[in-house]
Amino acid sequence: MTLQAMKAELGFLSRPDGSSVLTQGDTSVIAAIYGPGDIKLSREKIEKATIDVVYKPKSGLPGCDEKVDERMIRNICETSIVGSLHPRTAINIITQEVQDSGSLLSCCINASSIALLDAAIPQKFTVAAVTCVFDKDDELILNPNLRQEKECKAAFTFVFESTSYETVATTSFGSYGKEQLKTALAACKEASKTLFTFYKDLLTKKLSKD
Amino acid sequence: MEHVGKIFMPGDVLSNLQASQKSGKVVLGPGLKCDNDSVFVNKPGVLKHKEPNFYWIDSHQKKYVPTRGEHVLGVVTNRMGDVYRVDIRGSEPASLSFLSFEGATKRNRPDIKIGDLVYGKLLCANKDIEPEMVCIDSTGRSNGMGVISCNGGFMFTCSLNHIRKILSPQFNLLKTLGNSLPFEVAVGMNGRIWVKGRSIKETIAIVNGLNSVEYMDTNEIKVMCRKLLDTLAGF
Repeated sequence: MTLQAMKAELGFLSRPDGSSVLTQGDTSVIAAIYGPGDIKLSREKIEKATIDVVYKPKSGLPGCDEKVDERMIRNICETSIVGSLHPRTAINIITQEVQDSGSLLSCCINASSIALLDAAIPQKFTVAAVTCVFDKDDELILNPNLRQEKECKAAFTFVFESTSYETVATTSFGSYGKEQLKTALAACKEASKTLFTFYKDLLTKKLSKD
Repeated sequence: MEHVGKIFMPGDVLSNLQASQKSGKVVLGPGLKCDNDSVFVNKPGVLKHKEPNFYWIDSHQKKYVPTRGEHVLGVVTNRMGDVYRVDIRGSEPASLSFLSFEGATKRNRPDIKIGDLVYGKLLCANKDIEPEMVCIDSTGRSNGMGVISCNGGFMFTCSLNHIRKILSPQFNLLKTLGNSLPFEVAVGMNGRIWVKGRSIKETIAIVNGLNSVEYMDTNEIKVMCRKLLDTLAGF
């Protein structure tokens, strides 16, 4: 099983310290990183960097669901970033939805991960997220579109790290059995490897300029 | 050293690093970290090596992280008693004492106003404390550092990688341009460059030249310089 076509650009925005635009299938997200930068005295942590994530939907204000996603991205970034190298600073991550055609959360995580690479923020590892669903015939679909997401029995999003491909974070909904979870995890783990090679190709392209 | 010059990603482990023969040690620079006897990469970039035992990761970063001993161009933003706050594009402003100028005493203060450009050296830059800047060397001489006079000249910013390229000994633009076009220049490691030519027209030409050479090689730079000088002369 393979992922849909991916397209990404590093340094997409000129103002932020690191940015990326990532298109997976028809879903597209822009991520921007500011930092390590200035921080309000009340919010600074004496031993590590403060990481802030903002998720902006295409229209309207972010609601509860968006806040949950925000929190998840922040927790993932907090595990990957070596915050102790930049104490008393802020690292701001902004993700902007451009087009949602399913698997939005994994696209957001991947876009922020690429933007972190562009900003050269010190990290213990890189992360990659893959979404999959079981449709009504119990077929496994990787990175589903909106319709498949709506009609599915169960949906999973797994986030893996690049050193030993262990899971960093996971969310799921719907009803599923133990075996289904295992197949989903194995399929997503395999698919995440293509994401990591994709990241490396992007960086190679960026650094080959001089 | 087969892995020097290759691209590494955060989390990669390095082995077979060449240690110094005398001490048996390896010096790790930016982007490398030692943990439990193995060396981890924590920034994406190209592995660089310098004889005998220096290793570091060269990454394209936009944000400046202050490092001790680097020359920087700062903008004075505030004055608090005896020290000035200077913006050096880092995560926090640097402090600059009014006594750290050539010939400055308690009576004889340097003439600095808010908004002035100062060229100085980072005396201390630690992640846990505020960076401190000075405009004198260890012998008390200014050595080219100090306030940059506000009449004329132009300050602009460019990428940190570009700055390192401009300052590298192989880079020939400043010399080639300077042969036929005298100008003053101050290059800060924090991504700021200040130039001043004989006229505004010449200053603009130099700024354009400096901005366009980021991805050029030595020969292309020579051709570009000739073109620039020709246009300036009106050909």
